[in-house]
Amino acid sequence: MMTIREYKRAESLEEAWQLNQKKPNRILGGMIWLKMETINVGTAIDLSGLGLDTIEETEDSFSIGAMVTLRQLEQHPGLAAYTHGAMREAVRHIVGVQLRNLATVGGSIYSRFGFSDVLTMFLAMDCDVELYKGGILPLQEYAQRPYDRDILVRLIVKKTPMQLYYQSVRNSQTDIPVLTCAAARMETGDYRIVIGARPLCAVRFELPAEPALAAEQLAAQFAESVKAQVITGSNMRGSAEYRRHLAGVLTKRAVLELEQRKMQEEK
Amino acid sequence: MQITLTLNDVRVSEEIAPDMLLIDFVRAHGCKSVKRGCETSNCGLCTVFMDDKPVLSCSVLAARADGHKITTLEGLQEEAAEFGAFIADQGAEQCGFCNPGFIMNALALFREQPYPTEEQVKEYLAGNLCRCSGYEGQLRGIMSFLAWKKQKEGVQ
Amino acid sequence: MKTVNKPFRKKDAMQLVTGQPVYMDDIIPQDCLIVKLLRSPHANAIVRTINTAVAKKVPGIEAIFTWEDVPQNARRYTQAGQTYPEASPYDRLLIDRHVRFVGDVVAIVAGKDEKCVDKALKLIKVDYEVLEAVLDFHTAKDNPILVHPEDNWESLAPVGADNKRNLCAHDECGNGDIDAVLAGCDVVIDHVYHTKACQQAMMETFRTYCSIDTYGRLNVLSSTQIVFHARRNIANALHIPKSMVRVSKPRIGGGFGAKQTAVSEVYPAFVTWMTKKPSKLIFSRVESQTASSPRHEMEMHVRLGATKDGIVKGIDLYTLSNTGAYGEHGPTTVGLSGHKSIPLYGKAEAFRFVSDVVYTNHMSAGAYRGYGATQGLFAVESAVNELAHKLNMDPIALRLKNTVQEGDVMPAYYGAVNTSCALDRCVLKVREMIDWEHKYPARDMGNGKIRAVGMGMAMQGSGISGMDVGSATLKLNDDGFYTMMIGAADMGTGCDTTLAQIAAEVLDCPLDNITVFGADTDSSPYDSGSYASSTTYVTGKATEKCAMKLREQICKLGAELLGCPADAVEFDGKVVFESADPTRQKTLSEIAFASQFGHKIPLEFTETHTSPLSPPPYMVGAAEVEVDTETGEVKVLEFDACVDCGTPINPNLTRVQAEGGILQGIGMTLTENITYDRNGYPEENSLFQYKIPARNDIGHIHVEFENSYESNGPFGAKSIGEVVINTPLPAISDAIYNAIGTRFYELPITPEQIAMAVTAKH
Repeated sequence: MMTIREYKRAESLEEAWQLNQKKPNRILGGMIWLKMETINVGTAIDLSGLGLDTIEETEDSFSIGAMVTLRQLEQHPGLAAYTHGAMREAVRHIVGVQLRNLATVGGSIYSRFGFSDVLTMFLAMDCDVELYKGGILPLQEYAQRPYDRDILVRLIVKKTPMQLYYQSVRNSQTDIPVLTCAAARMETGDYRIVIGARPLCAVRFELPAEPALAAEQLAAQFAESVKAQVITGSNMRGSAEYRRHLAGVLTKRAVLELEQRKMQEEK
Repeated sequence: MQITLTLNDVRVSEEIAPDMLLIDFVRAHGCKSVKRGCETSNCGLCTVFMDDKPVLSCSVLAARADGHKITTLEGLQEEAAEFGAFIADQGAEQCGFCNPGFIMNALALFREQPYPTEEQVKEYLAGNLCRCSGYEGQLRGIMSFLAWKKQKEGVQ
Repeated sequence: MKTVNKPFRKKDAMQLVTGQPVYMDDIIPQDCLIVKLLRSPHANAIVRTINTAVAKKVPGIEAIFTWEDVPQNARRYTQAGQTYPEASPYDRLLIDRHVRFVGDVVAIVAGKDEKCVDKALKLIKVDYEVLEAVLDFHTAKDNPILVHPEDNWESLAPVGADNKRNLCAHDECGNGDIDAVLAGCDVVIDHVYHTKACQQAMMETFRTYCSIDTYGRLNVLSSTQIVFHARRNIANALHIPKSMVRVSKPRIGGGFGAKQTAVSEVYPAFVTWMTKKPSKLIFSRVESQTASSPRHEMEMHVRLGATKDGIVKGIDLYTLSNTGAYGEHGPTTVGLSGHKSIPLYGKAEAFRFVSDVVYTNHMSAGAYRGYGATQGLFAVESAVNELAHKLNMDPIALRLKNTVQEGDVMPAYYGAVNTSCALDRCVLKVREMIDWEHKYPARDMGNGKIRAVGMGMAMQGSGISGMDVGSATLKLNDDGFYTMMIGAADMGTGCDTTLAQIAAEVLDCPLDNITVFGADTDSSPYDSGSYASSTTYVTGKATEKCAMKLREQICKLGAELLGCPADAVEFDGKVVFESADPTRQKTLSEIAFASQFGHKIPLEFTETHTSPLSPPPYMVGAAEVEVDTETGEVKVLEFDACVDCGTPINPNLTRVQAEGGILQGIGMTLTENITYDRNGYPEENSLFQYKIPARNDIGHIHVEFENSYESNGPFGAKSIGEVVINTPLPAISDAIYNAIGTRFYELPITPEQIAMAVTAKH
């Protein structure tokens, strides 16, 4: 059971950061996972008064505040257009609307849970993380860092031209995934395949374009490549072997989908 | 600590423990419709509106509701009865324990999308578990409510 | 009929949909003691020492009880809600020094709020002598490690139990020479099937509130299906006279059999009895998942023989059932695995059914909708589906050759006559509903997706024959409205309403003219409780008889007021009038008031019913699934079912019972898994890990009715509540076989198993 000694709605990021340097203190995200922990929190630091709950879209990027909810991601028309609906697909299975109205992007990214659909999705894009003290760094790098006591302020997604596609396999519709797969096809024909819920943290594979190959062959080759590289593990929801198999299936399907989309565009 | 919020249109000020959850706060204030069905944010029984958005009150600190507007089924009795009658006409309320959370979230859906399709209903309410009904009777009730509402509102 | 067979709203419906405070935790005083339980982390251990001194000093703590407060040599008790003498063994103490599963109770802590109780729980120091545990139920029988080595273990009924062999029950029965029959068969299907300890997962967890009343008695307000049995369970556990205990129930947030066991009652009862202060215990979801009363895990070995024409000639079934650490419902559930599956095949010439129920160091199992029949029907119906494939016959055509018929004697159903049966009509109806002709066996949809269909049949009982007792009391009040008192428990099923419909039909009155009260051991007439699909059939019949009797009484008083003999009047629901001169009449209101003024004809009547028969309801279900052969994901696109429950008393409520039961069956087939860790602790300990279906997990469920008329039931009714869970298991399993060509003998069937099976074939 979780206990909290004090609650503080921070008035500035500096104040939040200062408070967060003390070990028993915790930044609050959507509280979905925190409340299930057996933990005695000193001061619970709430960032909800700092205006971090908006998605700002400019010509070349999205700036997504840490307190933006998953439901906001799901419903944002700009993100929907840029991701070709993949953003919505990435979050819509997460339990229910009421939970997605609470769970925050900051909480999801900071926690770097292995099963995170959100982390999988953002890793496929050109996404940076802005930390209060640590400045801006690529999400790819942040995802591999150990937990620290800096504050995640926002995500910055550059609108690099790419086609995105998101898939997950779940034992039931609202369960956490057995495997996630976000795929990006760059203008060059290069691919990024992100595999999450391995059950370890999501990883990204960069697959250079193979212009000589037809879609089917490309899909088969990339699927084999991801299967060969991906490290998977076993837990209640699936074995390492099954996950490796799924990584191949989802990669194949993603490539087929994106190649087809490309062909349709060319028409 | 002191919080002040609006609970079903009534201003409430109270001294609370910092780790009190909103579900316990509203139940202590007589809103017994709000139920706890799990500890893992999976069941949807504790759904309330925070600033008119459906949230899980088991996952919100009462402290965080300070300054916000909270609505429970106690504050939506007319709407609950109007829509609930269609569920009752199917016998789909069954044990009733999941009903308040389910009805809250259905009302939230109707506010966002006045005439949702079956698929939209299923997706929006996916976080409201029910073990009695098999959901089919709830769906029949929702669709017949929507048909009735359409007719009442003169929508084609 | 005016009231019966009509889709009335449930009497409590509008209160429920508007969220009124009607459940236990909504209506009790908030300042009662909070009770929580310290549970064992070991599957088998003896509490060497337990130190509560520090924990007791936490401010707000009222009391902490351990095994030292409970006489260890006193008589044991069972928590099973069953008629006395219970078939379930007396194998529990309220707190036992010997803990037998991860989650067994080590201490009871009561304090003024949750915080202090949680703190105290952490401060109790326990030193355990950890013992080796029995965690594989195959090895339990005659294992040198005994789950119940104690000498005061007791079995009250002749069920073949022997605690020195880890046997909770053993039975053998049969008819004809099964070995000879099978030897003469053209084909014999021989497989072992396995189902797990699935959870009822009702939305309201187990909970009980206790207080001491005006007379110094223990008042128990509990979310229970069995007020009368719970009274006995509690009195036995506390070793106090039953006269000192009253049990009543408020609205119940679902039961499905879980609350046919007194899972939570005894602990706050003990606290309140010892402290004389009100207390409540509310199980967390984790406790409800890990220390409760789930379905019995069973393994069934089926040998089923048939002619090459598809006539089933004999069924040989051996069931091994895992009752866990305690024997609640162990000896009885296992019987249904054979007695409610084998009789479906009316042309069989022989059967044998042998069963062992074993103790292990898992949590105790209990009663869950279907009660053993679910498990047995998965095995037998799956074997029949496999038989059809082996003979290259359509499984529906094969069923039509074999179904038990009305009037048949059913040797495997205790030799009873099949008094009402529309099973073959149900088969035909389902064939039409799902468009079997076009969809069987499978269609390739491209993209690695295959759609396929499968089906299964089921039966259940209607109450326990010769044992269940149902009663109703009806009273005429001022202005002519009736009060009905029952001991059956409406747990959302709507029996308050359906029983009132039966009474209203007989009394010729509007449904609203009958108010219902129940259930309370002090004021309800005796009823076994709501389980075993008994309420409509047994209590419903008692209600019908009671209403008939009250009619007579009304006529009697009416006649007296009219000054004529009782047989010279009639009653039309509103007035009693003289048959010869209908203008001479007394209104019901006049009669009601007269009964309260200088008359001695009682207008209150109690009637009790029991039935020597338990007429089976029947059901056929068919599933259409879509299998993604690459990922292994399965979706039930459509489940079509047809039920013969006799006359549906309330068609809406029977339909929703069927739909709800079907979805539970779908969950058991596809997602509701139980896996144990090294300690025998179920890893699916929450609704996060134990996946009951959400509404977007399924396509549509369609239910139709083909009714027989059961002349022993009220207005031709049989039961509905349990039979409905059984058909999805064999139907979906066979649909998956039809999609991928691999047959699974264990549930649930997961996407991983499917994908890996497909991969292995390539």
